[in-house]
Amino acid sequence: MDTLFDPLFLTPFINGLLLAVVLALLGPYSRLRGEWLASLGVTQAAGAGLLLGAFIGGSATVGALAAAAFAAVAKTLLGRSGNDGYAVMLLVGWSTALLLAANTARGEDLSHALLEGQLYFTGTQQFWSILTLLVLVVLTITVLSRRLLLGCLLPDRVVGDRRPSARYDLLFDVLVAIGLALAATVVGVMAAFALVFIPAWVAFRVAGNWRSTLMWSLLLGSAAYTVSFALAIIFDQPYGPVLVAALLVVGSGRAIVRAGA
Amino acid sequence: MTIPSPLLELDGVVAGYAAPVVGPVSLTLHHGEVVGLTGPNGSGKTTLVNAVIGTARVLEGRLQKAPGLRVNVQRQHPVRLPEMPFTGTDLLRLVDAGERPVPDSIRPFVERRIDRLSGGQYQLLQVWACLSAPADLVILDEPTTNMDPASKRSLEDLLRASHELVGSILVISHDHAFLERVTSRTARIAA
Repeated sequence: MDTLFDPLFLTPFINGLLLAVVLALLGPYSRLRGEWLASLGVTQAAGAGLLLGAFIGGSATVGALAAAAFAAVAKTLLGRSGNDGYAVMLLVGWSTALLLAANTARGEDLSHALLEGQLYFTGTQQFWSILTLLVLVVLTITVLSRRLLLGCLLPDRVVGDRRPSARYDLLFDVLVAIGLALAATVVGVMAAFALVFIPAWVAFRVAGNWRSTLMWSLLLGSAAYTVSFALAIIFDQPYGPVLVAALLVVGSGRAIVRAGA
Repeated sequence: MTIPSPLLELDGVVAGYAAPVVGPVSLTLHHGEVVGLTGPNGSGKTTLVNAVIGTARVLEGRLQKAPGLRVNVQRQHPVRLPEMPFTGTDLLRLVDAGERPVPDSIRPFVERRIDRLSGGQYQLLQVWACLSAPADLVILDEPTTNMDPASKRSLEDLLRASHELVGSILVISHDHAFLERVTSRTARIAA
């Protein structure tokens, strides 16, 4: 139990908490746009990019960010194919990641890192990156929220000859891609996806309006993160899978609400 | 900003996508008018709406919109996702409905989640969202879809009450009796 309050874990804890907030804030918008599978595809692509970055001797994080950004652009191009396109993106990312892991010196270690997360090894450098991302996400969502929501709910509003612009969609996609890429390198691929998907999934069931949807998502994401951080340390378990397990417990709340509805 | 009249002018417009779907259609809408547009199923009424908002092509003729024209369109089948955690108030806030009082016919369900409304209630809310939002032209595409007689009466009241809020309203419907009650004139598209 003493380990839990070791100052060494303070910076990793804050890093992960800020990331949980970022992803739980992006999640409801991503879900409203019907793009939860795209999130998984982008996250998997980020994982493949991370390994590719290491494979060519560059920075793994830069590789992850570049691959995620590429995936976001590909997603825009594949927009019409919907889930089919996202599923292909997911499979390409998964296949590439495993092949690179099998054929590089550090591949085995990095693929484990992608599965389990590297949260405990993050430090001040990651803190500033994640804080910058958080500020960027909050500012962008504040400015874009209304446009994104109108694009989903009332897409036929026209001013002059202009319909809601696709550039807002692309900006949001890139933001999600950066968030997922950074999260994949810190908490692992599946945990990053789960942080986008599950809090929003539950919030959409229990919330009474949009504001409370965002609040529920933030609350559930942050709470699941905090509990899993403590459990992983106390029971000496890999962080990523514990976070996913905690989020799945949160997700079971959705079924309870459904049964009681 | 005052939009010059006519707000919308269609002169022999043939519209469609890869091939023509509708037309030729000629129609002029001036400020303050409530005009009906009717035609049999499959005559291309919705394609004509799409041409006005730029999602279908004008293949022949001339379609002229007043500069800066703000258009709100209420679709026959509005976006209805399996889960939409928004109240009617959320929706009205999104479209900048402002401080306009919510009509009595909508007030009872305006605080409920929109994915838990009946088809008729949702349609009525969507129509009010279009009418109460700032716009110079509102296009209502088959607004009576999903509506029972009581909802239709509420819709007629909404249209009459909104006449002065909106520059012009184009009501598309195959319900001739409804169009006669709410519009000043009706144009017809041939099959």
